[in-house]
Amino acid sequence: MTGTVVVTGLGVIAPGGDDTEAFWRTLLAGRRSIGRIDRFAPDRYRTRLAGQVHGFHAKERVGSRVAVQTDLFTQFGLAASDMALADAGLDMAAVPEYERAVVVASSSGGTEFGQREIERLWRNGPDHVGAYQSIAWFYAATTGQVSIRHGMRGPCGVICAEQAGALDAVGQARRLIRDGARAALTGGTDASLCPYGLTAQLAAGRLYQGDDPARAYRPFAADTAGFVPGEGGAILVVEDAAAAAERGARQYGTVAGYAATFDPRPDSGREPGLRRAAELALADAGRAPGDVDVVFADAAGVRELDRIEAAALTALFEPYGVPVTAPKTMTGRLYAGGAALDLVSALLAVRDGVVPPTVGIGRPAADGRLDLVLDHPRRLAVRTVLVLARGFGGFNAAVVVTAPDAAHARAPQPSEGADHASIHRR
Amino acid sequence: MRQFTVDDLERLLRASGGGDEHMDFSEDILDEEFSELGYDSLAILEMSALIKREFGVELADEEVAELQTPRQAIDLVNQRAAEVPIT
Repeated sequence: MTGTVVVTGLGVIAPGGDDTEAFWRTLLAGRRSIGRIDRFAPDRYRTRLAGQVHGFHAKERVGSRVAVQTDLFTQFGLAASDMALADAGLDMAAVPEYERAVVVASSSGGTEFGQREIERLWRNGPDHVGAYQSIAWFYAATTGQVSIRHGMRGPCGVICAEQAGALDAVGQARRLIRDGARAALTGGTDASLCPYGLTAQLAAGRLYQGDDPARAYRPFAADTAGFVPGEGGAILVVEDAAAAAERGARQYGTVAGYAATFDPRPDSGREPGLRRAAELALADAGRAPGDVDVVFADAAGVRELDRIEAAALTALFEPYGVPVTAPKTMTGRLYAGGAALDLVSALLAVRDGVVPPTVGIGRPAADGRLDLVLDHPRRLAVRTVLVLARGFGGFNAAVVVTAPDAAHARAPQPSEGADHASIHRR
Repeated sequence: MRQFTVDDLERLLRASGGGDEHMDFSEDILDEEFSELGYDSLAILEMSALIKREFGVELADEEVAELQTPRQAIDLVNQRAAEVPIT
């Protein structure tokens, strides 16, 4: 036990790619995966665009038995977990079952499954509500199913902190490893693009309401008009650094720092907690702002929230003091999956030395004074990344990831996007 | 009521708890435990709801919880059906 917690496996199910490398290529190509909702007819809803996962066949990915018992958000979590474990090359049989932990984030729970059962209740009566409703709707459904699938009988939990949740989950997974768990699956997924789920999201009043994907989600633009919801997420395998090294695992990076804060009352006049979360995470990592190579922003797409984030970043790093990016402009905001996906992108940026872009926002607002990585990926030696996330209702979280020792590092993957001439070199 | 057969059981079990297409529901699985076949208690509970809907046979939750094998389920449903006066 070193107390150092490293990431050894990644799994992604997201708009633009239902495996890690496909998703990464999409990001580096700067391709937006936002379109009209085709899961149901969205005409009568104020929000009609979303980042959807296409071509995901649940029965093939998780097995037909599990497929009938679970909501899509859990199926995403199971498929991403399988992928992450395979990527980590972790032989579960070699890990004592009570030292296998699962802690993931969920924001909406199993809304689509729940809606289907409520429809049956109203249409046909209570005898027609399926028995699996009892477990499928629940926020912890993914945690439970992952735990069952891989015999993970150690500490298990779910964190619900809206878009901040996945960073909190990773922070909690790090605690569990430090407390003696041998390996943990962490991250988060969400899938709430059904009428019930979308209606619940609309209530917060932050969603883009038009039909133009190019105008839909433009954080840090002066005329931003909200954000686009998305579905999917990512799962990461984290382990104690010494144990990972002992089994010869290749690492993506270290979870070097984590912090969470909560905003003061909106009418208090006090500063929101985002800057403090970032400072605390850097302090936890033993890093100074000058060490940070790139920031993955929360990028709310809501003018006031963008201002708050830009102010936090310029206070910490000076105006234009650090490259800032928001690849979620290509996927929409994935709720519990969003920050998990950003962590994956941050770790792949470390691996490949390239930062994925913020796409299609046009000219950033002048008052932001951020060095945004716009429209094209940027070649950059990435050793230290700050990932920020905010959840509706006042949650702030920050994670600092750092590059692994060269001896244990993953080999860079040459990709079409990264080798493309369009990459900006600075 | 017509007989509740192994084919009925297979159909309703697949509908309630899923199942891979390769699994052979022949006679020799009749005495295997549901858990061995990959069906948990919720799948059996769900199957009992489908039996009630289709065959009109209502099993108590406690009875359902006791069911261990396909044969026990088939026997119980047919026995209970025989007790129900035909109206």
